[in-house]
Amino acid sequence: MNRNGLLGEIRKNRALLLMLAPAVLFFLVFAYVPMAGIVLAFKQYNHTGGVFGSPWNGLDNFRFFFESGNAWLVTRNTALYNIAFIIVNNVLQITVAILLFEVAGKWFRKIAQSVMFLPYFISWVVVGAIAYNLFNYDVGTINSILTTFGMEPIDIYNTPSYWPVILVIVSAWKTLGYGTVMYLAAITSIDTEMYEAAEIDGANIFQRIFKVTIPNLYPTIIILVLLAIGNIFRGDFGMFYNMVGNNGLLFSNTDVIDTFVFRSLTTSNEIGLSAAVGFYQSILGFATIMLANYAVRRYDKDRALF
Amino acid sequence: MSASATQTSSKAQTAGKRRGTDVLLLQIIGYIVITVLAVFCFVPFLLVVSSSFSEEQSIIENGFQLIPTTFSTEAYSVLFKYPEQMLRAYGVTIAVTAIGTVAGLFLTAMTAYVLQRKDFKWRNQFSFFFFFTTLFSGGLVPWYLMIIKYLHLKDTLLVLILPMLLNVFYIIVMKSFMSSIPEAITESAKIDGAGDFRIFMQLILPLAKPALATIGLFIALGYWNDWYNALLFISNENLMPLQYYLYKMLGNMEGMRKAMMQSGAVVNVSLPTESLKMAMTLVATGPILLAYPFIQRYFVQGLTIGSVKG
Repeated sequence: MNRNGLLGEIRKNRALLLMLAPAVLFFLVFAYVPMAGIVLAFKQYNHTGGVFGSPWNGLDNFRFFFESGNAWLVTRNTALYNIAFIIVNNVLQITVAILLFEVAGKWFRKIAQSVMFLPYFISWVVVGAIAYNLFNYDVGTINSILTTFGMEPIDIYNTPSYWPVILVIVSAWKTLGYGTVMYLAAITSIDTEMYEAAEIDGANIFQRIFKVTIPNLYPTIIILVLLAIGNIFRGDFGMFYNMVGNNGLLFSNTDVIDTFVFRSLTTSNEIGLSAAVGFYQSILGFATIMLANYAVRRYDKDRALF
Repeated sequence: MSASATQTSSKAQTAGKRRGTDVLLLQIIGYIVITVLAVFCFVPFLLVVSSSFSEEQSIIENGFQLIPTTFSTEAYSVLFKYPEQMLRAYGVTIAVTAIGTVAGLFLTAMTAYVLQRKDFKWRNQFSFFFFFTTLFSGGLVPWYLMIIKYLHLKDTLLVLILPMLLNVFYIIVMKSFMSSIPEAITESAKIDGAGDFRIFMQLILPLAKPALATIGLFIALGYWNDWYNALLFISNENLMPLQYYLYKMLGNMEGMRKAMMQSGAVVNVSLPTESLKMAMTLVATGPILLAYPFIQRYFVQGLTIGSVKG
């Protein structure tokens, strides 16, 4: 394309380009320009030098991260939690969506769906407050119940082994309604003729669910799960931070990449290290999402992200 | 399998719902499982309510109870006795949510409109430009330094608004909604000599109302529930949004006490700490719980649009 052609195109589209300008500026400032800040991962940051003037230190930040043992710990935690969330949340959401679809009462269905959707709307801070209400050693509801039945109170905030279970339950609780809505939409769009055909063929309702409903959900399930797998190295910071906070005692079982980066930045002020870990996470995330997208594309070209 | 038996009975009853034992069994399972899960989703909210209305002394002795044995509004009367901090936090959150939602929604719609215009030559390139930011990022640190060191937004109201202004996912959902508006509208308006911006403002925006309502509520909820930007960028107490204020108070009751006493009235009462925490939680969540029955269906709509074409 020659220069005149390009200028002509720009002039022809100038109104549309102007309308795009704020969004382009936004993503330049908050996404693209910060990408240049990745150089910090290879630097020994100091305040006078700033981002570009600080001295290089090669791979020292990465070496420190990997040799401290933290790399394996937080990567493993992030991936394992996300895998557990994906499995538990999806199984639950699909089950509830199918049951909601089959259960007769219209009002029951409506109210149940509304109630289950409620946790989606509250902030992680409020979830943290609820967790405090339940798990606090001295006044927590769980210990109130245990002592009422003459049992010993349990010290949840000082016992790392409880937390994988707690966090999986919290995640299921927060996302149940949201996921159910998505799966319910997919179930509702299944052609009712298939049900009628199954019924005429003598299938009972369970056979119908397993032979008609669930196979028809496969596309939705596969897409949602693959996309979730693409994000397997991104921890839900809001959840982990509000549930666990800076309770170092629990970190062996609860520290994820995102909370580690946040602490390195804000409490220990290790700019270089946290930039390096952030970069490491971005690379891992980019690789997994490309793989997941490749898988979606092979499965169903139209559903791929790109 | 008694296939032949069921076959005859189903044929006899044709299209209507068959009332076999299998159906009945599923209904029973369905009602039980869903009731249990719905209760499980709801009980935590009840806990907060009942704890906030409990007597402090009873909480200290017996802990929080799902079914309270005492009733007291002490926590609320303390909370509303020194409401300055809480009201200020409410004010910050309302301002941020209002400005952020209007500005963010407008920009989301404008961007989406351009990206779905089939006659816009570079729409694929620009779409990719936006989309790529969801695949790869510089991470927390460069973003943080950008805001602190280069934009100098620390401790400003803007820092609570700007970073959340646009979200690629919302642009995509809006775009897919707008591509269902007939192209002929844009085309005929162009023939009549209307500019692109005017077409967007006067013709497209009114037609996009359902999507605007849905996306607008998603954006508003995001702003209302945000505490993360405040955690990173706000240290001035006067600029704390509601959720972050709650976060601070939950972690630091002594600070809460001081803040409450700041009004000058030297009151050396012992605060009903535990019930107060729960009362604050409820007051911070209140507007959402009140609005919930009315806004819920827009979220369902939004998720459904989004899941059709992600």
